[in-house]
Amino acid sequence: MGEVLKVAMPKGRIYKKAAELFRAAGIVIPDDVDDSRRLVIPIPEANMEFIMAKPVDVPTYVEYGVADIGIVGKDVLLEENRDVYELLDLGIARCRMSVIALPDRQPGIHLRVATKYPNVATRYFREQGEQVEVIKLNGSIELAPLIGLADRIVDMVETGQTLKDNGLVELESIFGITSRLIANRVSYRMKNDAIQQLCDKLEKVMPGAVKS
Amino acid sequence: MSKPQGFEKPVGVRDYLPRATRRLRRIERSVLDCMARWGYDPIKTPTMEYYDTVGLASSTPDRKLYKLLNNRGQTLVLRSEMTAPIARVASSLLREESLPLRLSYHANVFRAIEEEAGREAEFFQTGVELVGDRSPEADAEVIALAIASLQAAGVKTFKFAMGHVGFLNGLFDEALPNRTEDQQALKERLLRRDYVGFREKAESLGLGSEQQQELEGLLRLRGGVEICSQAAGLSSHELALESLDHLRKVWEALSDYGVSQHVLIDLTMIGDFSYYTGMVFEGYAAELGFPVCSGGRYDNLLKQFGRDVPSTGFALKTTRILDGVDDPEGEEERPVLIVYESNRRAEALAEAARIRDGGGAAVTRLAESGNGEDVSESGRYSRVVSFVEANTPAK
Repeated sequence: MGEVLKVAMPKGRIYKKAAELFRAAGIVIPDDVDDSRRLVIPIPEANMEFIMAKPVDVPTYVEYGVADIGIVGKDVLLEENRDVYELLDLGIARCRMSVIALPDRQPGIHLRVATKYPNVATRYFREQGEQVEVIKLNGSIELAPLIGLADRIVDMVETGQTLKDNGLVELESIFGITSRLIANRVSYRMKNDAIQQLCDKLEKVMPGAVKS
Repeated sequence: MSKPQGFEKPVGVRDYLPRATRRLRRIERSVLDCMARWGYDPIKTPTMEYYDTVGLASSTPDRKLYKLLNNRGQTLVLRSEMTAPIARVASSLLREESLPLRLSYHANVFRAIEEEAGREAEFFQTGVELVGDRSPEADAEVIALAIASLQAAGVKTFKFAMGHVGFLNGLFDEALPNRTEDQQALKERLLRRDYVGFREKAESLGLGSEQQQELEGLLRLRGGVEICSQAAGLSSHELALESLDHLRKVWEALSDYGVSQHVLIDLTMIGDFSYYTGMVFEGYAAELGFPVCSGGRYDNLLKQFGRDVPSTGFALKTTRILDGVDDPEGEEERPVLIVYESNRRAEALAEAARIRDGGGAAVTRLAESGNGEDVSESGRYSRVVSFVEANTPAK
């Protein structure tokens, strides 16, 4: 057995699907890991150590090398723009990034956009040739158009149910999102065998990848 | 922005306190000594250069250059790396020197917008340039020297990865003739280390399944010298094959240097392709999350300064090594404290001179009345010698 692989795992929604995928790939993760409240969980069975992180912080841990690899949504990667290897599209936690608005809303002179993803939103509107005012929010983005804070929002859409319930419509889908396997630049070399083996195992069981 | 407080300095720059400075100097000295033993002469260039010459020629993106105006309205840059300044010197002041030139440096360099911890705005690099030799021997020499330099700096566990820009240029040119934009898009994805994006792009190009598989197979081309022959099966493009042959020769030379076990061939390694023209490499230390060394061949740079000669070299990221590597030599020897009364000053200063001449360090101090004996100040000095009253000096 080589060195232990430190894996930054996103807590919450993506973790469950990632753990499922790992198990399907034949990587032993004991059941009690799933409900553990510990932040650093050694998994000697798999020669790994899980670092349970807030999803948006996963690329940061991996870039600085405190985690060798990590699992993170493409939405976070595009927003954070960290210098890491993006090795695999795991095809899990599928959803999309979209521009959303109230159906009848006429924007004011300056288009205002509320989002958790200011970099993504700015880049997208810039590519459309539009300069917009971006307001960064941290949750319940759907509120912004309802209460008049913004004309549009840019947010992740999974089923679209929340939008429907609040009378919002998806104007445009910006890109598809799935979870990705990322690696630190140094770990990718120093622990290449372990990382390549993991990639090979995962590739056999991953659901088909989407196009971004 | 609020006015800075007295203790603050600009984001991204650092103070080096005595302990860190001693370590930095030790690394600098042992690495430059190592380079000198390979026949590389040290050189210093100015901190400021013209934007229109060194600034534009440098591999640093424009937005990362510190720019300033001088009193004539000319745009200057704080040097962002040492390769472009050395190319300027090699093409001007050293123009008459016979080739090859072997030059080494240790210098602080500057980058704008690097504002997070570990991304300094000012940091140290130690490196070499080998000017005027396009052979695989020269490339192998700089890699072998990079390995020796890392070892001299105290890095124990490390690995190097090496690739070749020419191979990728040839491979992509063959797969996508006259489709420069698509070639560029593939290269950009490799440069960003976005393998997922690379596969997606390769699939979207409308290539035959065989060609597409060849492109995607590139992502698995990592390993020893056998990779060169495997890769030769992917392409019959002349440039690609020449490049693989070059890499194989570099590897063979490294093997004769006795260091090829530290080196991995990775044909997806691309470096900045507007700058590097041939072999490129990076060095990694187990203790550090970021590469500690990068280098390669840049045969077009000196031409921009009017001397068309090939060149290859590398830079160690000395600041990162300082941050992440244990001090190989441990504590520096502490000075001797010499305490004296005024009537015995000559004796005391003579003793201090004797210690200093012998290569030791001595601090002298006039004893204050009443506490002449009480100067142990444990930790700061290795021992205390006193010339007080009738005491013979304690050795």
